Amino acid sequence: MIQKEIDIVIVGGGPAGLSAAISAKRNGIDNILIIERNENLGGILNQCIHEGFGVEIFKENLTGPEYMQRFIDEVEKLGIPYMLNSMVIDINSDKELTVCCRDDLYKIKAKSIILSMGCRERTRGQICIPGTRPSGIYTAGTAQNLINLRNYMVGKRIVILGSGDVGLIMARRFTLEGAKVLAVVEILPYSSGLPRNMAQCLDDFGIPLFLRHTIVNTHGNRRLEAVTIAEVDENLKPIKGTEKKIECDTLLLSVGLIPENELSKNSGVIIDETTGGAIVDENLETSVRGIFACGNVLHVHDIVDFVTLEAEKAGISASRFVKNKLERYEMIKVNPGVGIRYVLPHFISTKRDVKFFLRVMKPGRNKMILIKDENRIIKRIPKLRVNPAEMIRFELKKNEIKGVKELWIEMENVN
Amino acid sequence: MLTKRYVCIICPNSCEIEVEYSEDKINRISGNMCEKGEEYVKKEILCPERGLTTTIKVKNGSLPLVSVKTSKAIPKEMMMKIMDEISNVEVEAPIKIGNVIIKNVLNTEADIIATKNINKKVK
Ligand SMILES: Cc1cc2nc3c(=O)[nH]c(=O)nc-3n(C[C@H](O)[C@H](O)[C@H](O)COP(=O)(O)OP(=O)(O)OC[C@H]3O[C@@H](n4cnc5c(N)ncnc54)[C@H](O)[C@@H]3O)c2cc1C
Repeated sequence: MIQKEIDIVIVGGGPAGLSAAISAKRNGIDNILIIERNENLGGILNQCIHEGFGVEIFKENLTGPEYMQRFIDEVEKLGIPYMLNSMVIDINSDKELTVCCRDDLYKIKAKSIILSMGCRERTRGQICIPGTRPSGIYTAGTAQNLINLRNYMVGKRIVILGSGDVGLIMARRFTLEGAKVLAVVEILPYSSGLPRNMAQCLDDFGIPLFLRHTIVNTHGNRRLEAVTIAEVDENLKPIKGTEKKIECDTLLLSVGLIPENELSKNSGVIIDETTGGAIVDENLETSVRGIFACGNVLHVHDIVDFVTLEAEKAGISASRFVKNKLERYEMIKVNPGVGIRYVLPHFISTKRDVKFFLRVMKPGRNKMILIKDENRIIKRIPKLRVNPAEMIRFELKKNEIKGVKELWIEMENVN
Repeated sequence: MLTKRYVCIICPNSCEIEVEYSEDKINRISGNMCEKGEEYVKKEILCPERGLTTTIKVKNGSLPLVSVKTSKAIPKEMMMKIMDEISNVEVEAPIKIGNVIIKNVLNTEADIIATKNINKKVK
């Protein structure tokens, strides 16, 4: 066993981990280590070869690999140490990490830890589709990895369950590569992906989207031969008599992402049931002092630029913690109210300007976001349209929240 | 006069844009948060264009594929033709971001350029 002592350990070398490391380094901490389980830095962006990254930060429309390379180059330039092919297998509440790297086991004592492990895909088992268990059923991200990195085409006639962004992007990718995408099937009455992806990934290629539908059966013994889809009622239960069989050899599941927080839980970090990520304050500090979280492990982001901005903040906080300069103010609670699925951070000091991230429950037009304390409305933010697929950001200045004891964020219709 | 709705795909803001137009003239446009949206809709009406991203086979690389993009948007109907053209191409590692792999692909004035660094395979 190899022992090490490190000021800031960063778990995961995706866009969140890279930016957190760069920011910690620029804020005066040199003894940093990024630990990444894959053979490359860059995380999920290695396989996101499409455009749509960097518009906010670089004012350029980059592909995933181009975006990540800018941060990898910066990490190299600043000489920030990293370990590849290394998996963190445990973190305890004393901030000791156990890391498995090829044949070696490391025990690392950290002053501070930044969690940036990203998320994983929900699998078939978790959504329980009845039917046979043939080959040919993949999660969309696994298919993306195989087709974009390993040169392995997973099928020819494809049905996609779930209309999240990964699924939509893969519908276009498969079509370009000569496969036939027969249907995208979505149980909700609206798509869970970004509208622009609906337009450029489905409409451009005439791929049909079946809203309010789900898959009720899979057929085939060795390889998938067909799926049966059916319409669902208001309670999302399949309606008898609406079944339709679609012959296909491949089914992709794009049914949601889950923040990868098993390690966080071991260390005592408290998790928000709704986001699946840690409960954090305005410093992005979790319930364990000195452990911070950012990126998809904190909450699922649709736009990587905001992952980068969030991670910079975590890097600053961790470096202040290590230098004993992280202010310890009393914190007040921020609550999601009517129409709001979640809002982050969960706790704020009211002593500083704060940037918030929130997601709404369902799509709508002409809405007003209300920010309230126990007796008054502090601010109204009008929104022409809202969509659960799109994260909403807003800022409150310290003079707007001075003396407030608790906050509620709600959504209201505008007439 | 025609009224049509578009979702702008230029950036993740995904503006929903409504236009009224006749022949090749736009009379009214609303919903776009920036002028890029207006440009996008004009093009959508006259000659829709898309950026294309895909992969190309690599010889002796640390990965079997390199990701690529067109250096500028190409007419939408050229997408599949370019995919066919690309399927026969193979490049030798190492490759750097920005390397031109095919110049002026099928006379579209767009180049196919690498979007990822690929090292030589270590034996
Ligand atoms: C298909 C798809 C399409 C997208 N399209 C867009 C788009 O068009 N525009 C846009 O802006 N954003 C897009 N996004 C979102 C964006 O890519 C993500 O939000 C971003 O990559 C999240 O970064 P991250 O660092 O939090 O996570 P990740 O990129 O997942 O990185 C996490 C890293 O942590 C490592 N790790 C995890 N656990 C451990 C461990 N125990 N030990 C060591 N290492 C570990 C993983 O290997 C991984 O490298 C897309 C995402 C997907 C999946």
